Amino acid sequence: MTALEESAAGAARTARPGRAAHPHGAWRTALARPLGRVAVAYLALLVVCSALAPVLAPYRPTATDLDHILSLPSGAHPLGTDALGRDVLSRLLYGGRTSLVDAALAVGVGMAVALAAGLLAGYFGGWLDRGFTWLVDVMLAIPVIVTLLAVLAVIGNSMSAAMIALGVLVAPGIARVVRGATLAVRNELYISAARVSGLPHRHIVVRHVLPRVAGPVLVQASLLAGGALLMDAGLSYLGLGARPPAPTWGNMISEAAGVIDRQPWLLVPPGVVLGLAILAFGLLGDVLRDTSAERTTRRLAPARPVPVTGRKVVEPTTALLSARNVTISVPGPDAPVRVVEGLDLDIGPGECVGLVGETGCGKTITARSVLGLLPPGAAVTAGSIRFDGVDLATASRATLTGLRGTRIAMVFQDPGTSLDPVVTAGRHVAELVRRHHGGSRARVRARTMELLRSVGFPEPEQVAGRYPHQLSGGMAQRVAIAMALAGEPRLLIADEPTTALDVTVQAGILGLLRDLQRDNDMAILLISHDLRIIATMCDRAYVMYAGHVVESGDVAGMFRNPAHPYTDGLLRSAPRRATPGEHLTAIPGTVPPPGSWPVGCHFAARCLLATDECRAAPVPVARLRPPRRTRCLHFDELSGGRA
Amino acid sequence: MTGPLLDIRDLRVRFPGRVRGRRTVVTAVDGVSLSVDEGETLGLVGESGSGKSTIGNAVLGLVRPTSGSVWFRGENISRLPPGRRRELGRVIQVVFQDPYSSLNPSRTIGQTLGEPLRHAHRLPRRVADARVRDMLRQVGLPADAVGRYPAEFSGGQRQRIAIARAFVLEPRLVVCDEPTSALDLSVQAQILNLLLDLQREHGMSYLFISHDIDVVRHMSHRIAVLLGGRLVEQGRAATVTRTPRHPYTRSLLGAVLPVVDPGDPTVANPETVRTTLPPPAPGTVADAAWGSG
Repeated sequence: MTALEESAAGAARTARPGRAAHPHGAWRTALARPLGRVAVAYLALLVVCSALAPVLAPYRPTATDLDHILSLPSGAHPLGTDALGRDVLSRLLYGGRTSLVDAALAVGVGMAVALAAGLLAGYFGGWLDRGFTWLVDVMLAIPVIVTLLAVLAVIGNSMSAAMIALGVLVAPGIARVVRGATLAVRNELYISAARVSGLPHRHIVVRHVLPRVAGPVLVQASLLAGGALLMDAGLSYLGLGARPPAPTWGNMISEAAGVIDRQPWLLVPPGVVLGLAILAFGLLGDVLRDTSAERTTRRLAPARPVPVTGRKVVEPTTALLSARNVTISVPGPDAPVRVVEGLDLDIGPGECVGLVGETGCGKTITARSVLGLLPPGAAVTAGSIRFDGVDLATASRATLTGLRGTRIAMVFQDPGTSLDPVVTAGRHVAELVRRHHGGSRARVRARTMELLRSVGFPEPEQVAGRYPHQLSGGMAQRVAIAMALAGEPRLLIADEPTTALDVTVQAGILGLLRDLQRDNDMAILLISHDLRIIATMCDRAYVMYAGHVVESGDVAGMFRNPAHPYTDGLLRSAPRRATPGEHLTAIPGTVPPPGSWPVGCHFAARCLLATDECRAAPVPVARLRPPRRTRCLHFDELSGGRA
Repeated sequence: MTGPLLDIRDLRVRFPGRVRGRRTVVTAVDGVSLSVDEGETLGLVGESGSGKSTIGNAVLGLVRPTSGSVWFRGENISRLPPGRRRELGRVIQVVFQDPYSSLNPSRTIGQTLGEPLRHAHRLPRRVADARVRDMLRQVGLPADAVGRYPAEFSGGQRQRIAIARAFVLEPRLVVCDEPTSALDLSVQAQILNLLLDLQREHGMSYLFISHDIDVVRHMSHRIAVLLGGRLVEQGRAATVTRTPRHPYTRSLLGAVLPVVDPGDPTVANPETVRTTLPPPAPGTVADAAWGSG
């Protein structure tokens, strides 16, 4: 079955950033960082030592040794003694039990309340959510310390009650974080799928929602633990909670403060232990937060442009844009990964050229390299791209900026995100008109209206005053095209300009592009995964597969008689001409991801014509009847090779 | 049992909405009646905002109809108590468009596929595991996929997993909501073939929702065309696509750019290709959206 090859490729495929996160990874990644390891180790040490206090402590915490009061660290008393001659180390160990249990109580109560409230409000919404929001607003207005003192006064001197109260009081803030995270998860399709499967809400909340909100919750819990420890110490310092002589870190600090003029050392052990504990919780929270952010922005090895030395091929060409042997690399985990290899591409003046290929074949990054708009770390590592006599690959930044917009312009797939939401359509266009041509306010305005009219708005004044959210997808794309035209470019790069639009709107935009090409003698590089669009719009086209141009030539000839098995397979997978209900002729397997391309033909693993020769070495480009070329050894077995 | 498997009667769905700050009611589905027979595929085609996905969600119980009803095997399922609605999960299932957000990234494939069997239908673990493995084999995934996470799979493989999740309960009706719209052409062909194979083998019905009339025509026995929440035309797939009666259906078919097909002489001459593209003249549906209103 075809999917077996698919899975082999899938195993090597890198995860889509941001989607890969699963919470088990959060702890593992946190522990992989030195700071996270130190924090966790210190906290673990505190917990273990406090738990084993009866075993580890050299003395009972209340045992007095009046011969040694206020002594500095010595053999008998490793951390010294206090004003009553009690061993500081023993008191610190026993005190840790009280302090850590108190903090755990506050965290437990706080997280339980916050998770329950936040998950319910976020998941079910409606009146439950409205009530929740109202309650949170009220709770956040309550002063925490005053309330805690009141609780201690009313219930009697119970630190447990105070810590439960602390948990309840800080819960609303955390619950809001949980609710926010839950709202985002609730709209995911897998939640709908789970509901359709008949799973009870309880199960969906616990198994699907909870793990997804675990990241932010862990951060909050860690910060709360530090805060609770501090609050516990503060209240003990005030003489609340456990009564002397029972030790807590807080009352040890309080007692030390009383004799600070006689033995300042006494402040050091409890102060350092407490301070470090709070710091460790804070650091742990930071590391956990960083690791969840890091999974989307990993540090990668950047590619560096290599000056082309050796043979300098400058073919005498009349082309407007001419790319020769271009290789583009992007940052990879270990070394730069090549995403485009040995690409040759020519666009003549006023010509409409297509660049076809499926997701990840390198077509968009090729277009971006022409504009010098490669993503950070990516670079053209070999070859040359000449536009009107200028080599873009080695051109200065100033030269590229000068070319962009005036000589080369670009239209993107999603018009909604390429327009600034707080700027009107008219100002979007006018700004570029002013930049490229200048002139008086009236002239800029006149030119803006002319441009808007030329992209198919019969009454441009009305459209000019609208904000992007008041435009439909098709209108927004027309505005984006008007912006591209402001500099009267000689080459327009259109990257999937109609993919986000409805089919009937699509036809209008394509018709517009075709008219503009003809009327302004403007060349268009049209990038699309849709063969139907390329066939309708373009004179010539390049078919890309896994970083290679596998076939190029005139659209009519190439699509009628393909000379590469990939082109042939793509054409056959379209459902238009297949018999309804019958199997489509699918290409088996999947595209190999960049970085795991084979030495030989990139398509060989999915090709029915492939032989050992195809897999052994890189396949050269064969020239057929001009302008057709193919990167295939067996093109003569296809109709295009025989023609 | 007589009568259709699924019967949608005069369905209306309204949502509270906002137009330029004012509160209004948006009518997503406006009086649609449809039926799907056992083993049949009904294609729902329309553009964004036509209400096709809302109809699917109403059948799935994810949105509540404002009026009208949805009948499944003679039972009105549009206003069921939650318990009975959950039981329907065994017989009505869904495959969503986006294979990236339709799988929980923090659960393994085995957990995702097994949980409806174990938790909603109370099958013992051994039986559930065997069913999951069998289903993975049927959709063409290796058995070791059970222990892996969605991030390790490509878009096409994830859609196979989503299909496996829908079919593991052996449903009678599967709502396919744009199942291949996020996929490349060559992968789309694989997924459509898989859906056809599963239907041939198990004989379930599909409510097949798509904006691509080519795909709908390929998959469906009958086609219903939606525009602005209303049904404008429905009939046998061949009839609707060959002799469309409604102008909107004609514009949908016309807007599909010409066929490119090896051996198709109509694309030989680029000039003939170009003339088939409808001009962006005012008055067509295409331009209703960006007219000067």
